[in-house]
Amino acid sequence: MRYLPLTPDDRTAMLAKIGADNIDALFADVPEGARLSGPIDGLPTHASEMAVERYMRSLAAQNLSAADAPFFLGAGAYRHHIPATVDHIIQRGEFLTAYTPYQPEIAQGTLQVLFEFQTQVARLFGTDIANASMYDGSTACWEAIAMAGRITRRDHAVLSSGLHPHYVSVAKTMAKYTGDTLDTATPELLATTDDDRVIAGITDATSCVVVQYPDLLGRIPDLSRIADAAHEKGALLVAVVTEPVALGLLESPGALGADIVVGEGQSLGVGLQFGGPYLGLFGAREKYARQMPGRLCGETVDADGKRGFVLTLSTREQHIRREKATSNICTNSGLCALAFSIHMTLLGGVGLDRMARINHARAAKAAARLAQIPGVSLVNDAFFNEFTIRIGCDAREAALRMAKNGVLAGVTMGRLFPGQDALSDGLIVAVTETVSDEDIEALATALAQEISGDAA
Amino acid sequence: MNAPNASGWKPQMGPAGRSETPTSSGDMALNLEEPLIFELANRGNCGVDFDEEPGDISPALASFARKSPVDLPGLAEPEAVRHYTRLSRQNYAIDLGPFPLGSCTMKHNPRLNEAVARMPGFADIHPLQPMDTVQGAFAVIEQLAEWLVTLTGMSAVAMSPKAGAHGELCGILAIRAALEARGDKRAVILVPESAHGTNPATAAFAGYAVENIPATKEGRVDLEALKARLGPDVAGVMITNPNTCGLFERDMKAISDAVHAAGGLVYCDGANFNAIVGRVRPGDLGVDAMHINLHKTFSTPHGGGGPGSGPVVLSEALAPYAPIPFVRRDDTGRLRMVEERGAKDLLPDSFGRMVAFHGQMGMFTRALAYMLSHGVDGLRQVAEDAVLNANYVLRSLDDVLDAPFGGSGPCMHEALFSDAGLAEGFTTLDIAKGLIDEGFHPMTVYFPLVVHGAMLIEPTETESRAGLDRLIASLRHVVTRAKDGDEALKSAPHYAPRRRLDETQAARKPVLVWKGDPAPAGEPTRSETGGR
Repeated sequence: MRYLPLTPDDRTAMLAKIGADNIDALFADVPEGARLSGPIDGLPTHASEMAVERYMRSLAAQNLSAADAPFFLGAGAYRHHIPATVDHIIQRGEFLTAYTPYQPEIAQGTLQVLFEFQTQVARLFGTDIANASMYDGSTACWEAIAMAGRITRRDHAVLSSGLHPHYVSVAKTMAKYTGDTLDTATPELLATTDDDRVIAGITDATSCVVVQYPDLLGRIPDLSRIADAAHEKGALLVAVVTEPVALGLLESPGALGADIVVGEGQSLGVGLQFGGPYLGLFGAREKYARQMPGRLCGETVDADGKRGFVLTLSTREQHIRREKATSNICTNSGLCALAFSIHMTLLGGVGLDRMARINHARAAKAAARLAQIPGVSLVNDAFFNEFTIRIGCDAREAALRMAKNGVLAGVTMGRLFPGQDALSDGLIVAVTETVSDEDIEALATALAQEISGDAA
Repeated sequence: MNAPNASGWKPQMGPAGRSETPTSSGDMALNLEEPLIFELANRGNCGVDFDEEPGDISPALASFARKSPVDLPGLAEPEAVRHYTRLSRQNYAIDLGPFPLGSCTMKHNPRLNEAVARMPGFADIHPLQPMDTVQGAFAVIEQLAEWLVTLTGMSAVAMSPKAGAHGELCGILAIRAALEARGDKRAVILVPESAHGTNPATAAFAGYAVENIPATKEGRVDLEALKARLGPDVAGVMITNPNTCGLFERDMKAISDAVHAAGGLVYCDGANFNAIVGRVRPGDLGVDAMHINLHKTFSTPHGGGGPGSGPVVLSEALAPYAPIPFVRRDDTGRLRMVEERGAKDLLPDSFGRMVAFHGQMGMFTRALAYMLSHGVDGLRQVAEDAVLNANYVLRSLDDVLDAPFGGSGPCMHEALFSDAGLAEGFTTLDIAKGLIDEGFHPMTVYFPLVVHGAMLIEPTETESRAGLDRLIASLRHVVTRAKDGDEALKSAPHYAPRRRLDETQAARKPVLVWKGDPAPAGEPTRSETGGR
């Protein structure tokens, strides 16, 4: 077997050294009734590299990949061009096959990257500090709600209806068991966000308000107004960013008053990957550092006085604090953080600005083109690279038919909110720098056929 | 020409040419220092070209726009490649040598799995594409699920948890949902002292009080003490098997039976499943839920701290409470992802969603490729070789190091030692740092907490016998130094990119981000001017 270096002779010699008659003797502590005498039935035996590759390729071929179709899906996962450098670097064995940097003297590569990553995320979010990553945006969002609860010693959170429904769903799952109460609402297909509802819901018992920026439908809430209202009642503002490229163009949530900013970092460096692994981003005010979940990398010096980096403030964490830890998280998304950081380093602030402006311009072009189609109406006033349209018929069925004709049209509100008739004609359309004019025209044509009933 | 080297290959002895003569650059040949990006680069630099000029911002968006770009410098591609390549060389990695971190399972990461995960049909698909366009992705999830259920002898598997601790949370929430469904408000989870810190943290995260289960002198759960504590307030136990002392819990079935008889449920921490895969099915031991770290047992890379993946296998009792979403085959034979709406009919008692989208697809493809490569026969060999290697290490060191449970039977996949017998003032940390100078990554230290100065060594099945012999020889050498009171060991490592780092200073006044201003475009960088 190509991954196992021991030879039969090695095994014999090693058993002799151990003083065991055979390999079964090493499993003597397994209760007799639970010992398996041979390979388990019902599963295949070993295969060559060529055979495995061929088989996996056959499964991959059953999927329609984004590069093979005009592609407009977003709603929490975005397709951007990733420089080839990113994937080359993250496949270096020194990064790919290292562990969590518990021995900092021989992990300065990973640790310095994390320090750079934390700085990049903090500057992007406009927060004082950021951590070394979470699993993804949705779990980071719940961790932010839990952290706000610890800081304010309150247990009531108000969630904007523009928050991604999966994020809401994750928070609801956890809140069932922690005793937190969540004030939630279903979004409406309107140009305005539900800032008024959110602000009206803030009371003296509110730990935080959670607002996505830009929101699920691509709209842009007035964070500073919500922040003021929250702070007035002693509550925190948690801003959620599912498309970090938007912050190349939009004012950062931290600058607008957010106390904790979390997000999904998949847009930069990580790719679509059918939903995972992704990258949870987590930034906050410095005074809350000791309430943060997850790993934190900090600067220090070594015995010779040279600058170096270590994991720090670990008295927050499960391996030290056990049941009193701020979170149970251990493994995070280190390699995805590296990918994000490389992409961000290649872009720099200036490149991110250009990328964001191109995204916005392409989205504006697409929105204008689609709005020309009779029966299509644009929901948004303002948007970054994602907007919502109403198409006057069941969008989920239309999107499936368009997919069969080779156009991946967008994420339907029907997929995210099944059974909600008022939303069923909503289609969320994301337009990044990867979308060409021909793609926009292909979508417009397909959509026009759907609406006119001429679809094949 | 081509004559064999008469002297053969020999490891170089002594310091690897570290000279007392300073260099003007601060670098020493291949020992390269590297500034932070923010010190290397200027504002205004960029390593990405775009096809078009950025357009104007639409008037509706203008009021939301930032005044100036994010204050981050950029690097041209050659500079970026060099920055990260130089940094990479300051890391130890499994690709460089043994990484014997106990309980962490650092085994070889096959590169086929990397190639498979990058096939566009897996890497470049969106989680919310119409389901008919991602049948192959669903097939990967379905087949991996079948492998996991079959290998563990359980009823069902929840695929979405993102890592081991997230899997623990999944299992504990399923237990809580099952208990609450029968109107049972139990409030306590029992956890052995030797457990991973994630176990008590998870139980607390899910709203439970945590109590310790005592261990016997031989390093296993004290069954009688456990039985005495069981009662109507105990929701369940979290047991790691094989445990973190490297031992198989002989009484596991009896533990499960006792917990079930008292109305509780059994969570098994499956971090060490690699020791028994193909030889023991946890389902035969009465386990109700167990997470499987795909990044441990099934060799997806650790990536310097993640991503992981933590599917959770569930017993018949817990399967109805599994999280959403999950893959099902419908009447027409098409695979579907069952989400919030569909679950109302198909899994009405589900405890809910744990994560956006469907889990760690990129890890699923790697793990499935690994399983198909080994096959069910190879996976059994994986467990056997892992256990053989660990016992070989145990018996090659137990004459120089104290093995507190060396008499408790064979170890499983990891060998545990204590600091007993080191010279006055010498610690486990000194052994670890001395091993760094020897060219190895240290073992897990000071864990499990039940052993003083614990050293937990997990070689895994992907180390050769010759490789183990080199590791053993170095460990024996370092231990001898610690027993002989060699003062130089206390300041090890001497040959790593950094000497011991001041962790107290890092925690007392945390510096978590770079706070300087990058150099403006066209001016000397901060690393050239030496300032912030």
